[in-house]
Amino acid sequence: MKLKKIIDLNNLNKNYFVGAEIVKALRELNLSVEAGEFIAIMGASGSGKSTLLNILGCLDKPTSGDYWLDGKNVNAMTKNQLASIRNTKIGFVFQSYNLLPRTTALENVELPLLYNSSISNRLRREKAEHALEAVGLVDRMKHLSNQMSGGQQQRVAIARSLVNDPVIILADEATGNLDTKTSYEIMSLFQELNEKGITIGFVTHEPDIATFTKRNIVFRDGRLIKDFTVENRLSAQIALKELKDEEAFLEEQENLNLAYI
Amino acid sequence: MKIQNLIKVAIAAIRRNKTRSFLTMLGIIIGVASVIAMLAIGEGSNASIQEQISSMGTNLINVMPASRNRGGVQQGRSMSQTLVVSDIEYLRNNSDLVKAISPEVQSSGQVIFGSSNWPTQMYGGNEEYTYIKKYEVASGRIFNSQEIKSSAKVCLLGQTVVDNLFGDDVDPIGQSIRFDKIPFKVIGILEEKGDNTFGQDQDDIILAPYTTVMKRITRQIYLRSIVISAYSEDQISQTSTQIEAGMRLAHKLKDTEENDFEIRTQDELISTFGSISEMMLVLLGSIAAISLIVGGIGIMNIMYVSVTERTREIGLRLAIGGKGKDILLQFLLEAVLLSVIGGIVGVVLGIITSNTVENIMGWPVLITSDAILISFLFCSFIGVFFGWYPARKASALDPIEALRHE
Repeated sequence: MKLKKIIDLNNLNKNYFVGAEIVKALRELNLSVEAGEFIAIMGASGSGKSTLLNILGCLDKPTSGDYWLDGKNVNAMTKNQLASIRNTKIGFVFQSYNLLPRTTALENVELPLLYNSSISNRLRREKAEHALEAVGLVDRMKHLSNQMSGGQQQRVAIARSLVNDPVIILADEATGNLDTKTSYEIMSLFQELNEKGITIGFVTHEPDIATFTKRNIVFRDGRLIKDFTVENRLSAQIALKELKDEEAFLEEQENLNLAYI
Repeated sequence: MKIQNLIKVAIAAIRRNKTRSFLTMLGIIIGVASVIAMLAIGEGSNASIQEQISSMGTNLINVMPASRNRGGVQQGRSMSQTLVVSDIEYLRNNSDLVKAISPEVQSSGQVIFGSSNWPTQMYGGNEEYTYIKKYEVASGRIFNSQEIKSSAKVCLLGQTVVDNLFGDDVDPIGQSIRFDKIPFKVIGILEEKGDNTFGQDQDDIILAPYTTVMKRITRQIYLRSIVISAYSEDQISQTSTQIEAGMRLAHKLKDTEENDFEIRTQDELISTFGSISEMMLVLLGSIAAISLIVGGIGIMNIMYVSVTERTREIGLRLAIGGKGKDILLQFLLEAVLLSVIGGIVGVVLGIITSNTVENIMGWPVLITSDAILISFLFCSFIGVFFGWYPARKASALDPIEALRHE
């Protein structure tokens, strides 16, 4: 069975003007993504991965080339049409969560649906509760965002990206602000969501985070230089367990040392 | 975004920053409250002046002697002696617009009853005098034409004179009082009238036939003034013109000669006081309006700060599908809500302030629905006007830049 093509980029270029100089952020990019993929977009800073993410997220338009998202050509769209596309087809997860402060988890998750006038108040609430359930925060719906830990906040943000049933979730360094353990927890959540069939694009520059994904694409100076399927894909769940065991072992050692002294 | 959702979002944003929202509103609250209070005080004093002037008789026309030039020396008005009793007869017979007419003479002196005495003024007029000057007879009667003809020593007393001469248990009517060594029999008491616009006690008066006052007290043939009542307020100016012509004929003035009399109407008084209180109203109103504008600038300032501070929020809203229009309306609505809520609180505070001023200072206040409506509309306008630019700035942000904002 042929999988459904969600994203198709043909000869995509993106140029920026910095003063009189032209910066070629993306050059001659061809890329396609099928439903159910979990891609890590990697590269050093300035390699073009953020530019690609902005274009994939319909926040920016390519200078030339075509971008087909879920069968629609995005190039020809107006600003407002792009906003509607973002609202219905894309979920964003950011490095710094970007939750509204002093606002409950539920209200934060409901936010994207507020901008969709075809969704009733009841349906909006149902969907938000459902999304919070999916990230395991159903018991914290009424908690204020600023009273939550970083990991919990990122979970709320992931729930927010899920709430509109997007064709793809785009995460930008989603684990960048979190410690290793919490990062693994978040990656475990992403893996779980991916198992359920959700397509995920994940920008990162940490290779160990990339090993949790299914496919890695690597950029350098605006060019796609590597595109490979992850061979020995790790389960974040297992990695998390190993990490915990290691911690327990270290703690034990420390206690022994203390006893010895 | 649906409008009810938009309102929800705006209210949530205002509630997220309670202290700041309150401080922002404070400018508008004070502005509106001062507009309401100042207009109430202005309108109140205006209304009370109008009322007092009309209590003096709006149909009243006064003919006074003009100051005259005698051999190069300008005479004071009180020295001028040009009005005589025959002028009255002339005007009565030749002016069809005159409803009532009376001479007015006056003398100051001490009134004595038993062991009490009191400095007061005696006014002399004819039987139409009380009608023209809007005095009512509370008890007893006004003098009749027979008593005028015979210069009878009868008088009516104002309430202040009664209070100062007689004890509570004495009925003044029928008593004999002395004014300037002349005994007068009290035949009536005037209804209390209170102070006039200038703070003069209108009840500190003794009213007697003009003939009596002229013959026995002032011993002059000249009148202090002639008081006339026109048929209606609308006819005041026509009546004045007719009186002027009549007076010129009565005094046999040549075309080249100036009037040796002066005609004054309440109209002039009303318009003079009207323009003064109008000026006061404009002054008070503009001070209040300035504070409203300052309040509006406060809103604009805070909205600008808010847009800068919430740049990432705006970026997020744009990223998850908010359109420029949604962001514009959200921030505009926040500004309008701030100023309208401030306006409502301000109106309430303004009404409370006005009533407090009325109770404590005893100033007359009048809260008009116009003042409330105007300040309310002005508030909404200020919200839109001062909220527009910050909202516009917010909606024009680039989502990528906004999300990157630190």
